[in-house]
Amino acid sequence: MLRYILRRALIAIPTILLISVFVFSLQKLLPGDPVLAMAGEERDAATLEFLREKYHLNDPIPVQYFNWIGNAVQGDLGMSLRTRQPVTELMAEKLPVTIQLAVMAMIFALLIGIPAGILSAVKKGTVTDYVANVVALSGLSIPNFWLGIMLILLVSVKWQWLPASGYVPLSEDFAQSVKTMLMPAFVLGTALAATLMRHTRSAMLGVLSADYVRTARAKGLAERRVVLKHAFRNALTPIVTLTALLFGELVAGAVLTEQIFTIPGFGKLVVDAVFNRDYAVVQGIVLVTAIGFIAMNLLADVLYVVLNPRLRGQ
Amino acid sequence: MTQPPRTTPETAPADSPVLRLGALEVGFRGQPVNVLDGVDLEVSAGEILCVVGESGCGKSVSAMALMGLLPPAHTRISSGNLTFDGEQFDLTRQTLPPRLRGGRMAMIFQEPMSSLNPAFRIGDQIAESVLQHQGGTHASAMARALEMLRRVGIPAPDRRLKEYPHQLSGGMRQRVMIAMALANDPQLLIADEPTTALDVTIQAQILDLIRELRDSLGMACLMITHDLGVVAEIADTVAVMYGGQVVERGPAAAVFENPQHPYTIGLISAVPRLDAPGGRLATVPGSVPPIAAMPTGCRFRNRCPFAADICAGKPPLAVQDGGHAVACHFAPLEQNLEVVA
Repeated sequence: MLRYILRRALIAIPTILLISVFVFSLQKLLPGDPVLAMAGEERDAATLEFLREKYHLNDPIPVQYFNWIGNAVQGDLGMSLRTRQPVTELMAEKLPVTIQLAVMAMIFALLIGIPAGILSAVKKGTVTDYVANVVALSGLSIPNFWLGIMLILLVSVKWQWLPASGYVPLSEDFAQSVKTMLMPAFVLGTALAATLMRHTRSAMLGVLSADYVRTARAKGLAERRVVLKHAFRNALTPIVTLTALLFGELVAGAVLTEQIFTIPGFGKLVVDAVFNRDYAVVQGIVLVTAIGFIAMNLLADVLYVVLNPRLRGQ
Repeated sequence: MTQPPRTTPETAPADSPVLRLGALEVGFRGQPVNVLDGVDLEVSAGEILCVVGESGCGKSVSAMALMGLLPPAHTRISSGNLTFDGEQFDLTRQTLPPRLRGGRMAMIFQEPMSSLNPAFRIGDQIAESVLQHQGGTHASAMARALEMLRRVGIPAPDRRLKEYPHQLSGGMRQRVMIAMALANDPQLLIADEPTTALDVTIQAQILDLIRELRDSLGMACLMITHDLGVVAEIADTVAVMYGGQVVERGPAAAVFENPQHPYTIGLISAVPRLDAPGGRLATVPGSVPPIAAMPTGCRFRNRCPFAADICAGKPPLAVQDGGHAVACHFAPLEQNLEVVA
């Protein structure tokens, strides 16, 4: 098992390097000059040249890349060109926010999506199934920003139950922090719940007609146990894989949702960085989210083996 | 939880069957013609009854109905009485008490490769059944599982207990299924084509095992098969099914040596024989019509060489002699027909 994980991790290294090259080149190809953005009004040639020299922007591009990646490996992603803060520090500030949002959204998604998927598979062809499908389809089709705004109008403005925006760190006030995150997490979660529900349903339909499910019934087990233990356990593989991938996507940033609820997370950080041509920050964020995504993939692969005895010991 | 006291098979009088199934009628929803049209079956303790017939004759559906495994969303049981060990059950309610299913009445299936749950260890799967019906601790259930694996002749049972189904061969998996089915000392074992998916040598081993377990445990056994070789090998009694009806029933020797229903005669003469003259193999003329196109009355009449007007009425399953019953208006054929084809 450990060897399997190590092997998968080693395979991930070239992928990450490739991503870093890609991210770096894309940055260089983008129109716009960071030095101009930095210099502001003082645009005399000497200042610009000084800044270029200071930030090694005159070096050949491969040299710039190796400088960057060399530092990145040592945990130094450079300075933000705008705020002069280390990029790692900026990200360390925002990451807990985004992770909290992602975890809460995922809890919503799992709590809604999986039971709904199981229910609609067990009740296939009945009213319950149709209702669940219609709700799931609406979940997929309603844009997050619209749902977010509507929720703010209803829950915050009209009923005044929850704050409309803002962020309180978990460490400061746990209850308040969860409260402020509740709506954005719900908005993000419902869309994912729809995807999860569809996949759970089809995975469950696949296993409910399996011979071993019939065996479980023939043993005299209660239907609930047949469905939740014998069938669901075998439907879990695609669900776990999907959950890990969806979580990776969540961490990469829920730009629109974070904007609507003014949550200072990764999404907001990346948008600000792109608008200000803050190369170092954009590169750092993309690299870190890519690694996060690969880590989630790796986790999905590992869980896949844990869940499937046939793959163990191979 | 303690087991309710029950009559052991040894003390049950021989003439009271463990299982008596009467007038079982099953239809698929959205299908006007019933798949099973009044099936009657009986098995006594220590008896092996083989239900034979070609695919689609309703033998598996009968077994599934007995076990309460037919999905109510797709099937409808319009009639059916079950007397099990002296207790009456109404099958039309389509819910059997769970204590029956898997406890006193257990079933094994045709596909040993896919009938065990790939995600759980063998031992846990057997223990689950024991816990469900006998209660007790997990440890005692595992001890029972080990005992059962040993009982069905699995080598190194303590190691196998911790293995997953994919680590076992088809024959071994069928043995595990048998161990699981018998873990609660059922009075009736239903085996739905238990050897069809296995190699010929393994087939013989599994049949031997079932017979040996029947001898030592005294349970009744209802075996479904389309293979007359299996019937000849193992059956005490035979029920021949055609188109959802039992057309002939009786002691195996009587049915084989003196078949009375035209379908049984066709079926037996269709078995290839080494000592027969060469040439084409005999077949039953025509083919089974789809359920919707089944003739009324005797369902075999559109393929029967002796069919007459009287066959539009359903022939009763009438006992001839020695418990040999035939559902044919012309039975016994030797007396009622001049030429037997």
